[in-house]
Amino acid sequence: MEVLQLLISGVSQGCVYGLIALGFVLIYKATEMVNFAQGDIMMLGAFVAFSLGNLAGLPFVVVFVLTLVIMGALGMALERGLLRPMIGEPPFAVLMLTIGLGFVIRAIAGAIWGNQPRALDSPFAGEIVELGGLIIGYENIAIVVGTALLCALLFLFFRFTRIGIAMQAASQNQLAAFYLGIPVKRVFSLVWGISAAIAAAAGILVAPVSLIDPLMGLVGIKAFAAAIVGGFGSLPGAIVGGLIIGIAEQFVGLYLPAGLSEVSAFVILLAMLFLRPEGIFATLQQKKV
Amino acid sequence: MRFVLKTNYGQDVNLFLHGGQRFWYGLLAVVALAAPLGLDTFYLGEFALVYIWAIAGVGLMLLVGYTGLVSLGHAAFLAIGAYSHAVLLEKGVPFFVSVPLATAFCAVVGYIVGLPALRMTGIYLAVATLAFERIAAWVIEHWESVTGGHFGMRVPEAQVFGLPLDTPVTFYYLCLVVLALCLLAAMNLLRSPTGRAFIAVRDSEISAQSMGIDLARTKCSAFAISAGFTGLAGSLFAHKIGYLAPDAFTVQTSIQLLLMVVVGGLGSLHGVIYGAIFLGLLPQVIAFGRDVLPSAIGEIPGLEPGLFGLILVLFLIFEPLGIYGRWVKIRLWFDEFPLYRKATYKRQRSYLRTERVR
Repeated sequence: MEVLQLLISGVSQGCVYGLIALGFVLIYKATEMVNFAQGDIMMLGAFVAFSLGNLAGLPFVVVFVLTLVIMGALGMALERGLLRPMIGEPPFAVLMLTIGLGFVIRAIAGAIWGNQPRALDSPFAGEIVELGGLIIGYENIAIVVGTALLCALLFLFFRFTRIGIAMQAASQNQLAAFYLGIPVKRVFSLVWGISAAIAAAAGILVAPVSLIDPLMGLVGIKAFAAAIVGGFGSLPGAIVGGLIIGIAEQFVGLYLPAGLSEVSAFVILLAMLFLRPEGIFATLQQKKV
Repeated sequence: MRFVLKTNYGQDVNLFLHGGQRFWYGLLAVVALAAPLGLDTFYLGEFALVYIWAIAGVGLMLLVGYTGLVSLGHAAFLAIGAYSHAVLLEKGVPFFVSVPLATAFCAVVGYIVGLPALRMTGIYLAVATLAFERIAAWVIEHWESVTGGHFGMRVPEAQVFGLPLDTPVTFYYLCLVVLALCLLAAMNLLRSPTGRAFIAVRDSEISAQSMGIDLARTKCSAFAISAGFTGLAGSLFAHKIGYLAPDAFTVQTSIQLLLMVVVGGLGSLHGVIYGAIFLGLLPQVIAFGRDVLPSAIGEIPGLEPGLFGLILVLFLIFEPLGIYGRWVKIRLWFDEFPLYRKATYKRQRSYLRTERVR
C-alpha cells in the first residue's frame, strides 16, 4: 500500500518534470538550442495564472486558456527578440544566454509579485479521493490527466496538422525544409511559443502542490536531467525520463538516508551519462565527421 | 601603427612583443605593488578578492575559452579547494604545503570529472558538471565530521613567512603574487604543445585528432589544470571569507565565474582580468545604486542576480567577444584612425552548424 502511495505521488511529480522536459526537448529538436530558462518560464506562467485567477477573479478554465495564450505569445517574443540574433553562434553562447534570461525572469517576477509563496485558487486544491485505502489528491490526478491530455494533443498536432508536419520537417533538416518553402523562422517562433505554453500548463498544474514563488523554476534543472535520461530529442523520452526521476525521488526519500532524495536526480543523470549518454530513447546520433 | 621587425627567432616566444608593452605592464606592476600605500584596508580587501576571482577565472578560461569545454560546476572546485585547504591547516600542515596539496587534490578531482567529458559535448557536459556541483555540495553539507555540515567551519589562521595572513596588506600581496605566477604559468602553458592542443581541440576536434592529438588526454588534462587553478583560488578564498559554509558555493557562484569569463572576453587572458574587475566592482555599484535609486527599485529581491543575468544577455547579443574584444576594436580604430573599416569585425551569420547525422 505504501509503495502504491509513493508510486502515485512519484508519478504526479514525474509528470511535472516530464512536462517541463517536453518544452526543453521541443525546442532542442526543432532549433538545436537549449533553453535553460524553461523552469523560469513555468514559474512565470504560474504567476500569470495567479494574477488572472486570484487577483482578477476569472473562472479557472478562462484562466488556464488565457495563461497559455499569454505565455505562448511571450515565448514567441523571446525567440524573436533574443534568440534569433543568436543563430549561427556556438551552442554555448545560447546556453549562457538562456541562463542569464532565467535570472532576469526570476528578478522580474520577484519585483512584480514579491518573494513570499502564493497559493493559486484552483478547483483541484485540497480535495482528496480515497480508493481502497489509497489517498489521492485531486491535484495529483489533475497533473496526470493534464499531462496525458497535453501529450495526446501534441501527438495529434505533430501527426495530422500541416504546421505540425512542417515543424517535423524543419527539425529534421532546416535547409531542406527552407528550400521546400517552409517558413523556418516562423516555425521556430511557433515552437518557442508552444514550449512556453506547455511550461505554463505545467506551472498551473503544479501550483496547488508546491506553492508559487520566484524560485520554483529551479525545478527546471531536474527536468533537464529528465530530458537527458529520456534521450534528448525524444518527446516520449522526456515524459518517461520525468517519470523515472519523479518516482526514484520518492522511493529514495523513503528507503535511503535523509537528504539523498534531493540529489538522486543528479546521481541518476550522471550514471546515465556514463552508461548510455544518448539516453533511453536515443534518436540523435552524434555527427562523426 | 606599430610594426615589429623580427630579427631573431627568440622574438617569437617573447612574452612581450615590444618595448611599449614592457613599459605599460611594468607600470601596471608598479601600481599594483604600490597600491597598499594609498588605499585603505577595505579597498585592499576588495582588490584581493578581484585577484582571487582572476585566479579562478584563469582556470575557467583555460577550460571554456581555450579548450571549448563548458563547465557549470566550477563552484565545486572552488569549494573543494577551500575546504581541503582549511582541513589541512586544521591538521597543522603549514600554509605552503597545504595550498599545493589542496590544488593537487582539486586537479585530481578535476581529472576524474573530466573522464566522462570524453563522451560528451556542449550541453551534456555543462549539465554533467552541474550535476557534479550539486552532488559535491550535498557531500559538503552532509559530511559533518570533516566540513561541519550546515554550520560550516572556521578557517584556521595561517602565517606566510612569519607574517599573519589576516592583515589586509599581507593578504593583498599574497594574492597578487599568486595571481602573477598563475598568469605566467597560463601564458607559458598556452605556448606549450599542451596549450596549443587545447586550442586545436576547441577549434575542431576532428582536425585536432587527425593532427595526432590525443583527445582523451587533452580534455582530461584541461579539466585537471582548470580545476587546479580554481582550487588554488578556493584556498585563498577560504582565508578571504574566514568562515566556510555550504551556501558560499552555489550554482550561482559557478554562473558568476562563467559570467566573468564571458563578459571579460572568451579566449584571452586579458579578458580574465577585465571580467574579475567587473565581477568585483558590480556589487559595489549595485550597493551604491541602492542608496541613490528610489527604494521601490533598490529593494527588489534578487536584483543582483537579475542584473548579472541582464548584463550577460546584453553582452552575448551585442558583444560576444566581451570587454577585451571591445578594447581590441577601439585600439584598432585608433591604429587605423581615418581608415577604419566598419566591417572589420562584422559577425558572420551562418546557418546552424548542426550536430546531427541526419
